[in-house]
Order: sequence, then C-alpha cells, then structure tokens
Amino acid sequence: MTEAAAGDLSVSIWRGGEDGSFTTYRVPARASQTVLDVVTHVQRHIDPTLSYRFACRVGMCGSCAMTVNGRPRWTCRTHVSKVAEGGKLEIAPLANLPVIKDLAADMSPFFEKWQAAGGAFAPTLTRADPVEPIRPSEPDRVVADAGIECINCGVCYAGCDTVRWNADYVGPAALNRAWTLMNDRRDGAQRERLAAVAADGGCHACHSHQTCQDFCPQSLSPTGAISGLKRMATRAYLRGELKP
Amino acid sequence: MNVRLYLWQRGTAALMAPLVLIHVAVVFYATRQGLSAADILGRTRGSVAWGLFYTAFVAAAAIHAGIGLRTILAEWTPLGARGAALTATAFALLLAGLGARAVIAVVMP
Ligand code: SF4
Ligand code: SF4
Ligand code: FES
Repeated sequence: MTEAAAGDLSVSIWRGGEDGSFTTYRVPARASQTVLDVVTHVQRHIDPTLSYRFACRVGMCGSCAMTVNGRPRWTCRTHVSKVAEGGKLEIAPLANLPVIKDLAADMSPFFEKWQAAGGAFAPTLTRADPVEPIRPSEPDRVVADAGIECINCGVCYAGCDTVRWNADYVGPAALNRAWTLMNDRRDGAQRERLAAVAADGGCHACHSHQTCQDFCPQSLSPTGAISGLKRMATRAYLRGELKP
Repeated sequence: MNVRLYLWQRGTAALMAPLVLIHVAVVFYATRQGLSAADILGRTRGSVAWGLFYTAFVAAAAIHAGIGLRTILAEWTPLGARGAALTATAFALLLAGLGARAVIAVVMP
C-alpha cells in the first residue's frame, strides 16, 4: 500500500486512568499516516490492551478525538506529518473530561450538558402531518445550516478554557447545537431552551476566546453561535420573557 | 454569569465609557489650567451636576467590578460559586462605600 517513510516515530501514549502515565512506543513511520493509524498500530502490533475509540475513520462519527501534542484533534483526519514534532507524538485522552482508561475519555458530561442546554429537538407536528417545507434560502435556515455539521467530537469542549475553569459551563458544542435549534421554526421548545442557555453556566459564561472555532475540525464557529444566543437571550430578557 | 448579570455588566460598561472620557477631559483641563485643589473644590462643592456625575460613576464602577470579580473568583479560586458571589458583593459594597466617601468629600458644601 504505502512504502515506509524514513525512520520510526517515538509515540508517548497515556496509559491508565486519571492517575496513569505516558508509555513510549516505537511505531514505523509511513506515508499518509494518520494519528489514528499510529494508535491502531500500537494496539494491533504492540499492546492489545490499549483502549481507544473510533468508528468511521473518515471524519464523520466524531468518536476518535484525542489530545495530540497538547492540542485536541480528530485523529482519523490528522496526518502525522502535520503534527509530529521531530518524529515525536504525545497522545492523551481528551482534556476537560474524566478518563475511563488510556485514550478513552468519558463523554457523559459532554452529552449531559448538551441535553441540559436544550439540545433535543422538540417536534411540533406528528408523523401524520404533512412535512413542512423549509427553503434552504430562508434566513433562519441559513443561520442554522452554518452550525449543523457538528459531529460532537468534543474537540471544542476539550480546548475551551472556560470549560476547564467553570464546571457548570455547558460548553461550545452544546451552545452551538442550541443555536441551530433556536433558528429552527419547526421546534417547539424555544422558550425553555432560551431559559436554559441564559442561566448560570450558559452562553453568558463564554469569554469569546475563540479557541473552539480555531480547533473545530468542521470549521464551525461556536463563538458566533454563542454570541447569537447572547443577543437573543438579552433581547428576550429586556422584553420580560426571561426570568433568570 | 447569567443574562441578568451580563446585562448589568454591559450596561454599566456602556455608561462608564462616556463618563471616563469626561473625567479624563476634566483632569486634563484642570492640569492644563493649573487649577489648585482649592480651585477645584470651589467649583465642585455644592454642585448638583458633579454630585450626580460622580455618584453615577461610582455606582457603575462598583457594579461592573463586582460582577467581573465574581466571575474571576469563581473560575480561578477554590471559593465556589456562592463564596465568589459573597466575596464579590462585599468588594462591590466596599468600592461603593469608598467612592461615596470621595464624592461626599468633593461635592458637599
Ligand atoms: S469562545 Fe467561548 S466556548 Fe469558545 S473557547 Fe472561548 S470561552 Fe470556550
Ligand atoms: S463544534 Fe466542532 S469541535 Fe465542537 S463538537 Fe462540534 S464538530 Fe467537534
Ligand atoms: S473515527 Fe469517526 S471521526 Fe474519526
């Protein structure tokens, strides 16, 4: 398939739980190798007890995110040649989340906050009703479409300082999701969702660092979505529709 | 931070922006004109306008700083949300008290 590139990689991988440590492995360098390929090589050829998560390998499922040389990334679409520093890689589980084992972080807080910020769509029609036509050019739809391609990889959550400092903060992905639903006129939980994101730990806790959009592998702009929510919540509060 | 605190913080910031500019302009004016402390007090004492101006300034600064400090303490210290809110409120009251003292000293006849 691919011929071996020059030399080996020195790969430090987090082993164990919260109190684990890095173990270093030598992995043959190959052309067009991804960080996920490297982790897979270690598990298949060196230590089958290594735990990590992936599914699609093509940047769609969002399950393969890890901390690579200090920065959260989707490993299946990250080429080693782009991130290895002097043939060295350091791979750890995603930050800001509990560690289950090795490279598997516990995503529960991420998805619990996603729910708490009103991430679930609340239908207003039943399957017996005709499908409501929504043109892609409608202004609200254009805004929603800009954030809809989130794959819930958790990269933004792991990279956000405010998440690290403020345990209540729901984080960029949850707020990005909430913003897409606030611009979906088929949704019937607008008021509840706006109240949820305007409370402590919601959109107003964001410091607009923009690390989330810098790191997002889908090139989304959670910061933009969050400022949209801030404006929307502020207007609703001034109109007396929100009581925090 | 929730929407209510956010609005108070942005609102006080918006209020302080012109107040700071006027305050700085007055400082420049006073130094350029070589006004002495007595000259300045002569103009501010008994002035309702300056009293209102600096009272608004002090109130806005105390609220703005209190809300900001609450966030910093909650994020960067082990005080917790409640501890941070209480400490920041105490600090805001202290600022308001010190500010009020200064305003009284400058405008009371
Ligand atoms: S912009 Fe907000 S959500 Fe994004 S990294 Fe900064 S604080 Fe976190
Ligand atoms: S917003 Fe981007 S970085 Fe965050 S979870 Fe979605 S795809 Fe991943
Ligand atoms: S394995 Fe699915 S996004 Fe990487």
